[in-house]
Amino acid sequence: MSDHQHEVEELERESATAARLFDVRLIIGGLFVVYGVIVTIAGLTAGDADLKKAQDININLWTGLGMLALGLFFLVWLKLRPAVPPTAAELAAAAENEPAKG
Amino acid sequence: MITLAEGLRLPTNGLDYTILALYFIVVLGIGFAAKRSVRTSLDFFLSGRSLPAWVTGLAFVAANLGATEILGMAANGAQYGAYTVHWYWIGAIPAMVFLGLVMMPFYYGSKVRSVPEFLLHRFGPSSHLLSSIIFAVSSVLIAGVNLYAMAIVLQALLGWPQWVAIVVAGFFVLAYITIGGLTSAIYNEVLQFFVILAALIPLTVVGLKRVGGWDGLTHSLNSSHGDAFLTAWKGTGIGEGNPLGANWLTIVLGLGFVMSFGYWTTNFAEVQRALSAKNLSAAKRTPLIAAFPKIFIPMVVVVPGLIALVMEPTLGKSKDGLQYNDAIPVLMRDLLPNGVLGIAVTGLLAAFMAGMAANVSSFNTVFTNDIWAAYLKKGREDAYYLKTGRVVTAVGVLIGMGTAFIASSFSNIMNYLQTLFSFFNVPLFVVFIIGMFWKRTSAAAGFWGLLSGTAAAMVNYFWFYKQGIIAIPSDQGANFVSSIVAFVVGALVMVVVTLVTKPRPAESLAGLVYGTRSPGMEELPAEGDDAWYRKPALLGWGAVVLAAVCYIPFSF
Repeated sequence: MSDHQHEVEELERESATAARLFDVRLIIGGLFVVYGVIVTIAGLTAGDADLKKAQDININLWTGLGMLALGLFFLVWLKLRPAVPPTAAELAAAAENEPAKG
Repeated sequence: MITLAEGLRLPTNGLDYTILALYFIVVLGIGFAAKRSVRTSLDFFLSGRSLPAWVTGLAFVAANLGATEILGMAANGAQYGAYTVHWYWIGAIPAMVFLGLVMMPFYYGSKVRSVPEFLLHRFGPSSHLLSSIIFAVSSVLIAGVNLYAMAIVLQALLGWPQWVAIVVAGFFVLAYITIGGLTSAIYNEVLQFFVILAALIPLTVVGLKRVGGWDGLTHSLNSSHGDAFLTAWKGTGIGEGNPLGANWLTIVLGLGFVMSFGYWTTNFAEVQRALSAKNLSAAKRTPLIAAFPKIFIPMVVVVPGLIALVMEPTLGKSKDGLQYNDAIPVLMRDLLPNGVLGIAVTGLLAAFMAGMAANVSSFNTVFTNDIWAAYLKKGREDAYYLKTGRVVTAVGVLIGMGTAFIASSFSNIMNYLQTLFSFFNVPLFVVFIIGMFWKRTSAAAGFWGLLSGTAAAMVNYFWFYKQGIIAIPSDQGANFVSSIVAFVVGALVMVVVTLVTKPRPAESLAGLVYGTRSPGMEELPAEGDDAWYRKPALLGWGAVVLAAVCYIPFSF
């Protein structure tokens, strides 16, 4: 195995991303729930001019509800299937298996 | 280069600005939250090769879904009609599937950190340095051009002075990438993907209602532009005329094969997303997962372009009036009430920033690993390269901002430069494909293939086409032909050079050439990766079949 491959493997072992990175589903879920609530309220209080502009579709209401649903979907998905960071034991086992390939 | 007409100012209010402000806060928040996961240079440049496939897949499609792409493809829709779908279904999809199924095992399995680094191991330093430098220079300049395009759009839509837009957007991109590295860029791309859909879907729905649904749209355009405008293939016989100015052969070979394969399989700003996946299976699935949204994006990008054409029949007709690029802004102005309008503005701004971030995050990786660490300061400890990466990011963004200011006074030169750099991807693809499948290909062949292919495309475009020596009806058509020329010349030169030079020793090619394996590639599939819906072959062929089926309604 060539040098750069050893180097990358070494860096992969020291990498902190897998263990310490937050889950992006939380961000998408959170932002879309907030956006969904804001836009839904804009839809519930929509004036005649807004409705007329959007061809008599209450587009704020529908978009808001859609965004809210997507946000909740991500939060529920995160709740049901949380990401499992590898445990210390698993990492050690992986490290032990490595050198054989050199 | 995107330019917008006067009089497109959007009726934004406090509600819209609240939505926009929230987005900026979240963007920075992602940067800071990702900071604690950055310990090594690998974390900074490739997210520690540890992200799940759906995240890298959506980032892969979002990195390409920049605002210039959205406005530009809507403009193509208004200008060329349904022919625009070729960029998606024959252009993008087969190339993305090829990247995932055929090339990814070499890229990911050989543990290279960038596309140029693959050239280093396969061909040696000369082609490596050449492609690294060209990639680094072009990424920074393209980031600057993006930034300038954004400044023009924001000036027209929101009334911001150009320098405010350049400085604000540049600062946010600089901050979140310097702090959080590639992870920040990728997470923001995933978020941007959903925000941009939340903007485009309502726009399309309201727009379709405005023009009387799909039937109303077809009826209006058939009577104003003729029956061929809403078909994909009519008039593409050789010698016939069509709005695109290309025949079926140049579409299939030039756009479908050479240009698209060049862009999707060797452009590091895209491939980098796949290299950050957590294992080989996830890396292969990255472009395949991206292919499915890509198939349906024309529905919310090209269709609005067509709608705008019905609503504003003068679109693109006169120099002073509305231009094709104004298609989506016109719909935003005329159809979206405050609230959704804020989402749409946020989506557009997010798309601009993500497009720039993709350029910056691939630039810092190539500059640090492939130029600085490979040729200038070798063998330092990892922390040194991590710090270099952060400094290079900041410098890259600042140069990009400088480019944007220069572009505002020399926008024609920038157009020229963009065309110039677009000629580099195709020869790069030739070198990859021949190098991957023909073991004998020598180091010199890689270098000369790159150089001659690029030169051939430029000669064809700037001399034969621009000087009128051969007649091609449109710039698009000329691009397709130039790509084919670059491919053929590059390939011929590689074959000839290989035959007169010594091949590289076989043991140095393990895992880099078809039929060989990287040591350590025999990794077992991770748990759950053997589920049927995660099989790369099924995903890939599924995408190709789906794209072919999508052509049916536009073919007769």
